[in-house]
Amino acid sequence: MTTAILVSILMTLVAASTPILLAALGELVTEKAGVLNLGVEGMMLCGAVAGFAVAFSTGSTMLGLVAAMAAGVATAMVFAVLTLSLTANQVATGLALTIFGIGASSLIGAGFVGRTITRLGPVFPAALSEHPLLRAVFGHDIVVYLSLALVLGVSLFLRRTRPGLILRAVGENDASAHAIGYPVIAIRYAAIAFGGALAGLGGAYFSLALTPMWADRLTAGRGWIALALVVFAAWKPGRLLLGAYLFGAVMTLELQAKAAGITWLAPEFLAMTPYLATIAVLTMMSLGRRSGRLNAPACLGKPFSAS
Amino acid sequence: MLEWRRRREPSTLMLWLSPLIAIGLTMLLGMIVFTAMGYDGFHAVESIFVTPFVEPQRWPDLGVKAAPLVMIALGLAIGFRANVWNIGAEGQYVMGAIAGTGVALATHGMTGWWILPAMAFAGVLGGMAWAAVPAFLRVRLQVSEILTSLMLTYVAVQGLNYLVRGPWKDPDGFNFPQTRMFGADQTLPAIMPGSLVHIGIPAALLIALVAWLLMEKTTAGYAVKVVGLAPAAARHGGFSADRVTWATLLAGGGLAGLAGLFEAAGPFGQLTPQFPTGYGFTAIIVAFLGRLNPLGIVFGGVVLAATYVGGEIAQTTVRLPQAATGMFQALLLFVLLATDVLVKYRIGWKVRAA
Repeated sequence: MTTAILVSILMTLVAASTPILLAALGELVTEKAGVLNLGVEGMMLCGAVAGFAVAFSTGSTMLGLVAAMAAGVATAMVFAVLTLSLTANQVATGLALTIFGIGASSLIGAGFVGRTITRLGPVFPAALSEHPLLRAVFGHDIVVYLSLALVLGVSLFLRRTRPGLILRAVGENDASAHAIGYPVIAIRYAAIAFGGALAGLGGAYFSLALTPMWADRLTAGRGWIALALVVFAAWKPGRLLLGAYLFGAVMTLELQAKAAGITWLAPEFLAMTPYLATIAVLTMMSLGRRSGRLNAPACLGKPFSAS
Repeated sequence: MLEWRRRREPSTLMLWLSPLIAIGLTMLLGMIVFTAMGYDGFHAVESIFVTPFVEPQRWPDLGVKAAPLVMIALGLAIGFRANVWNIGAEGQYVMGAIAGTGVALATHGMTGWWILPAMAFAGVLGGMAWAAVPAFLRVRLQVSEILTSLMLTYVAVQGLNYLVRGPWKDPDGFNFPQTRMFGADQTLPAIMPGSLVHIGIPAALLIALVAWLLMEKTTAGYAVKVVGLAPAAARHGGFSADRVTWATLLAGGGLAGLAGLFEAAGPFGQLTPQFPTGYGFTAIIVAFLGRLNPLGIVFGGVVLAATYVGGEIAQTTVRLPQAATGMFQALLLFVLLATDVLVKYRIGWKVRAA
């Protein structure tokens, strides 16, 4: 009985962590290439609404996930064109992307409020996850496994492969990378697109898996938490996984406390915890090393022009 | 072949022309997008960008919406100039309203000329306190003010929800989550009888003028600009970036707090869960549309106010959903950032090297 409860808490934790993990992993790659895209929340919302709209009209959750990634890439490309080709300020453009995502998702989603779809189900047959312990391993949906595979993939890509090395070089010293002959702008376009795809997928996880329905602004600031997570992880994929699951734990605690009917603490204070935790984490990171922006790619946020 | 050519000097003409180009392009894009979505795109754009300006009965509403936007944007723009990215103005706005409402509830049933100034003072302090957290963390620990100020917005909104559902709930309010209505001396006097036009509108204009003088005519304003443009030169010149960070964040928080108090004591007359209206985020667009210049921001505030007023008109004229307003605002910011390229570059014919 207790095992079953623990496993169910673990399942909630993993589910709550997955969208943040995906969005943060995409942003990590973008930032490793030297680009600060503050539009994560906006890309997530666009992915969430596109995923829901397509899943609702086609009845296929899988198509919804694909559409969400496409929507994430499309919005990320707007950011890329503005910041890379038109050398617009990255902070301002990222904010614009988030404001756009909130507006566009709200407009497109207006017709879907209250509609429901079939929730994204587990990958493996139910027989495999009858026992609670097996369920902890085999009971997840495809996006959870994909997110874990992506963490491993990105980690290996950045550390062990030549393209990964080039991407990091572009983020550390764009002028030198350009001088050696690497296409700085093209690489940054690719990194931003990857970030957009994962943010879109993370957003769709909200509307297709966590709450299989549409509600305005349903990502509730998780995109911003994903941005903070990249700092917490010191731009390392492994630590990102740890951090995302820690945040998942905080949010699960919030849900558990609500479910347990805790009355001495108002629900509004529980709802504050993820945001306060984010501030606390950012503060602790800086306390640890006074240098501040520890380990950040040297060219992060700086525009590049070849001429 | 056409090509972009970098200008030797940024174009001042384009600096002021590009917002106008952006507004024109946004109207065109809006027409296309909303027609594609099955609405009457032409009349939607007309309702949003033309009707609020040509119908005098809409003007008071335009002013009421523009005042908080201008006030918040002024504070943000000063920070943006110094590369201080306070994007949590919405939270500071809510905290200002909460602090001011605290005074209003404490003085419930009392009368006196001093009540409103006390509320305004509390509002400014509330917003400043909320901005002081990111300022402290940025100056002392180099924590990004972007993330902390934004996170605090979510905390402030939850705080508001707690208060209006809990300790501040109107005892005679049939269990609705809202505070008591403010009394006559806790409410901003209307300066145009029979309308919502309140003292916040001239106040916003006055603050814009003061901010312009501060930014353009004083050493402090110069320090802000230098810190933003060339941090190294600023250090060399003896301008403290830390002091500029503190000053800009406190100014931004105080103005957002005052705007929040003016909304609470003006159009709302109480606090409700609907109070966070998103002005703190829209003000970011206002700041950019106004080119981070206090007088430009007055213009930007009026344009963005028109999208709210016009958005409501479009709901009745062409059944455009309310959410379209947000879409228009975001589109405007995107196009504005894109047209900014004209400031730094010119379009010319490619000439082959001889």
